[in-house]
Amino acid sequence: MKAPRLTDTTLRDGSHAMAHTFTRQHVREIVTALDRAGVPVIEVTHGDGLAGSSLQYGFSRVPDLDLIAEAREVAERARIAALLLPGIGTRRELKAAVERGVQVLRIATQCTEADISEEHFKMAKDMGLETVGFLMMSHMRSPEFLAEQASLMESYGADCVYVVDSAGAMLPHDAAARVQALKATLRVQVGFHAHNNLGLGIGNTLAALEAGADQIDGCLRGLGAGAGNAATEVLAAVLDRLGINPGLDVLALMDAAEYVVAPIMPFQPFPDRDAITIGYAGVYSTFLLHAKRIGEQTGVDPRAILIELGRRQAVAGQEDWILDVALDLARKQKHAPA
Amino acid sequence: MGDETIKVAILGSGNIGTDLMYKLLDRPGSMELALLAGIDPHSEGLARARDLGVEASAQGIDAVLERPDIQIVFDATSAKAHVRHARLLRETGRIAIDLTPAARGPYVVPPVNLEQHLDALNVNLITCGGQATIPLVYAVSRVTPVHYAEIVSTVASRSAGPGTRQNIDEFTFTTAHGLEVIGGAHQGKAIIILNPAEPPILMRNTVYAIPAGDFDETQVHDSIEAMVAEVQQYVPGYRLKNPPVFDIRETPWGRKPVVTVLLEVEGAGHFLPTYAGNLDIMTASARRVGEVFARRLLSRQEVYV
Repeated sequence: MKAPRLTDTTLRDGSHAMAHTFTRQHVREIVTALDRAGVPVIEVTHGDGLAGSSLQYGFSRVPDLDLIAEAREVAERARIAALLLPGIGTRRELKAAVERGVQVLRIATQCTEADISEEHFKMAKDMGLETVGFLMMSHMRSPEFLAEQASLMESYGADCVYVVDSAGAMLPHDAAARVQALKATLRVQVGFHAHNNLGLGIGNTLAALEAGADQIDGCLRGLGAGAGNAATEVLAAVLDRLGINPGLDVLALMDAAEYVVAPIMPFQPFPDRDAITIGYAGVYSTFLLHAKRIGEQTGVDPRAILIELGRRQAVAGQEDWILDVALDLARKQKHAPA
Repeated sequence: MGDETIKVAILGSGNIGTDLMYKLLDRPGSMELALLAGIDPHSEGLARARDLGVEASAQGIDAVLERPDIQIVFDATSAKAHVRHARLLRETGRIAIDLTPAARGPYVVPPVNLEQHLDALNVNLITCGGQATIPLVYAVSRVTPVHYAEIVSTVASRSAGPGTRQNIDEFTFTTAHGLEVIGGAHQGKAIIILNPAEPPILMRNTVYAIPAGDFDETQVHDSIEAMVAEVQQYVPGYRLKNPPVFDIRETPWGRKPVVTVLLEVEGAGHFLPTYAGNLDIMTASARRVGEVFARRLLSRQEVYV
């Protein structure tokens, strides 16, 4: 195994757990700590990417373009990344994000829909950005199928394509098989993004590395959607013990997690019963807080909502189906014999 | 008026043009489908037209220009082709009903603003998401000012063709703009999601509206129900999944009441599969617009004759 490149996405995936309340001060402190600890890429965006601020996903307290500018200002060595989901964000926000300092653009599609990202990759490459493709909900399709979709992104100009376990539904052999399939097909790099809903965030990342992954993601304290992501400070310690530390200061990252991120977290993401259900049912991790809120409003067990969403094959970004399913289930509950 | 009809043509023999052909044959109203013109002599649409006794041509716009008796032309080709077609049709005095994203004429949503554009020579049908959601935003804004409207359209992957896929940004721009200028929202936002589930899902739309001030829930509820009934007249598969939901949410403008409407659109299955409600609402709206224009042309003829 070789030392992977690490992208920290506390300030993007963590935006979900924070209900999109990151402030300039949060960004300043977290970016400074990550930068000093040797993290080479730091992602800063609304959890659902540029233009994600909405009723559907939750409004940003501070516009993410302002947070990106703040991050770029304080980072001395690290490159600043942003996420864009075609269908939500457009080339307009892409251009605005570049003007505010974004250097790496990660473009995410549902893993079956890579062909909606062509224009965005082209524009990002024309603007001189490093580009990363993000195949979300990768557990829903076979390794061979994913490799075809990844090839499309490569043909559009992706410098790396990630297998993204958005639902935290993969087991280690699932992660390894998918990374292997992409490695065997692509000339560009391959990445892996984990969620910890089944307690496998670190384990799946390790399996991906053994399968040849070049890039991996982490969040301080695992602060991310669902049960969170692979914790950056844990990854640093594990990579170091494996002898493939890419230059991360293990103790400094532990401090960043403990003293910078932990104090501002509204809760510690972990596999509680609702988060486990997300991995178990194979639904988008960001559904967690929305399902809890709507479950409370409608008197329906969030787990029942999540399992039904899995049955309906809901995909990334379909938060509006949560209310739909909850109302259907509430009606059934009402009519069920006592 | 009696049995008089207006002759119409369809440009584009792909899925949309073919579905529209079936709709016009099924319910011709005041129109008579005189021509289906494509550019691929081997297209299935042209073969189907001939089988159904409709004149078919692979000469595209030229076939339309050769027929001065055709007064209304539905364009189901592409934005690029329509830019050229729009000029030629205008020069020869035909009314163009544009189903492409070209937008050479005003945007129309039949139950909302068609009456304002009856003299236009070219009208555009916005987007599928726009046709589905703008009536509902308007239903709210006609009873209470809407500060912000946001829509999420989810369509089956199989129903999203290459045109949509390669120009997905245009969907968000155009639909958001329509929510503002036709729907009446001060600020509009649109999101589109492609869902690859098998069997394919019906088109789903969620409409969120934040009224500017206090409002009467019953009034908003009744206005939405009335609008759904109106759209159902020309899109039978247009229906609410649940009654409108009212709740309080955190917004950039403080804690505000939000109206949420969950809408489903099932296609009529004329030619396209029933899950493709997003395509059906375009051809059904086009037929409706054509019918209104045709009746107007007929009433004018009566006056002049």
